[in-house]
Amino acid sequence: MAVTQAPAGPGLATASWVVAQRGLRRTLRTPQIIVMGLVQSVAFLLIFRYVFGGAIDTRGAGYVDYMIPGLLTVSGLFAGMSAAVAVADDAASGYLDRLRSLPMPRTAVIAGQVLADTVRLTLILAVSAALAFAVGFRVHEGWAAALAAFGLCVLFGFAFVWTFVALGLLTANPQAAQGAGFLALPLSFVSSAYVPVETMPGWLRGFAENQPVTVMMDAVRALTQDPGPHTGEITRALAWTAGIIIVSAAVAVARFRRI
Amino acid sequence: MTPVLQSEGLVKRFGDVTALAGLDLVAEPGRVVALLGPNGAGKTTFVRSVATLVRPDGGTLRVAGIDAVRDPARVRRIIGLAGQHATVEAAMTGRENLEMIARLFGQGRRAARASARNVLERLALDEAADRLVRTYSGGMRRRLDLGASLVGAPRLLLLDEPTTGLDPRSRIGLWDAIGDLVAGGTDVLLTTQYLDEADRLADQVVIIDRGRVVAEGTPRELKSRVGGDLVEVRVRDHAAVAPAARALEGVGPVQTDASSLLLTMPAGNGPDDLVKAVHALAGHHAAIADIALRRPTLDEVFLSLTAATPERSPT
Repeated sequence: MAVTQAPAGPGLATASWVVAQRGLRRTLRTPQIIVMGLVQSVAFLLIFRYVFGGAIDTRGAGYVDYMIPGLLTVSGLFAGMSAAVAVADDAASGYLDRLRSLPMPRTAVIAGQVLADTVRLTLILAVSAALAFAVGFRVHEGWAAALAAFGLCVLFGFAFVWTFVALGLLTANPQAAQGAGFLALPLSFVSSAYVPVETMPGWLRGFAENQPVTVMMDAVRALTQDPGPHTGEITRALAWTAGIIIVSAAVAVARFRRI
Repeated sequence: MTPVLQSEGLVKRFGDVTALAGLDLVAEPGRVVALLGPNGAGKTTFVRSVATLVRPDGGTLRVAGIDAVRDPARVRRIIGLAGQHATVEAAMTGRENLEMIARLFGQGRRAARASARNVLERLALDEAADRLVRTYSGGMRRRLDLGASLVGAPRLLLLDEPTTGLDPRSRIGLWDAIGDLVAGGTDVLLTTQYLDEADRLADQVVIIDRGRVVAEGTPRELKSRVGGDLVEVRVRDHAAVAPAARALEGVGPVQTDASSLLLTMPAGNGPDDLVKAVHALAGHHAAIADIALRRPTLDEVFLSLTAATPERSPT
């Protein structure tokens, strides 16, 4: 008997969307995922607004307006973190094996995961932004620039999701992936998010000023607070974003092929 | 006919560990092939090679004539895989899980819905179809997992230890489901550590050890390799040994183990020899504790072939 003609598999777009639907359903039907995602963002927002805020000198600018752009950028980073655990869980449980044994483009497995996580973090960012306005945050450069700033936050989050997906695949173990997620802590605190970097000792300041999270939040801060043009800040932020996506995606795809 | 599976000299190494050491195997269509072997024998690595999840280091592997190394994408269109764990999404319903996999096989929305409905009925999951998998029992999850490997209507179904960790009732339920599939014409490659599972489901049993095939045949053929049926007689006390032996000598050659009060005699004609033995013993008034026709089990085949291989690391 000759080889049976089996139907070809789905295209990349369809397959990615079907995989993403799984992630979205999981988010929507597991309230803990949304709550835990929001807790970090909301708790930090309230603590820094009302507990530490009064004690931090931001050289003229109101602390709310200074801190919120940093906080939203960091929220994108933290929201991406759970992607590492989800992917590691799928690798350990054999779920990835099932998907990889299907006649679809294998990149769709990763693309679908990233898509679902980006939608999730957009929701978290939207809630955090709304809360930011409720506690007194104001934009000073018009709504178009503010929307662009929000778009940048989503884009940064998207880049971090790639990083965490790569970490999830590299560890292939939920506990290890959780641990690797703590990478986010130094990046979020040793930055301009909560205090001006000028207050840090010199050796730390060099890192704090140039690390991607600071560069990204500076762009968001400029777009919402300072008169333009902001081409320099935005270009630097986009360069970091592109670099993070390219490296993470390359690692993720290479690792996924070998798993 | 093109064999469903054709593996020649298949080799796979993971660092220093050789998982497959030149595995040769041919599986004809229309049968269930069981791969039997101790932990670390290479069963899972072989299944993963067929599922194109592992790339062999040497040898050839063809699935329904398609080269699994050169053309893995085409192999994926004709296989269905159910691994050692139930890999279904707990936050989706049974129906959603199956529709998702069907769509990833390239089926349109409508076709996927029809395939899912069909599989749910076949596996008697239709009543639970719209409940979240979170609420399913372990046995139901495994059945759904089996279902997920079926929605693509595969030519070859790969089942890697499908009933490991299930309670006896769920195991039997899953066996029935697999039996029905086979009756419907799906070819199955199954790995198992349970000899009764291979005995019950497989037409062809392949025993592998250390990455190589050590024996192969139907369950009956394999059992005959460790000898045919025996009549086994246990007497009540030492005084009964001699009369029982004399009685049985009239029927066939007897082996006597006086210390355990056990007499055995080959039973080439099966039950007929048992009846003769009973008659002969009745005539000699030997005090009997037990008499039985004993068939060798796959366990004995398995143990005799893999006995000399103690510890090893799992694949």
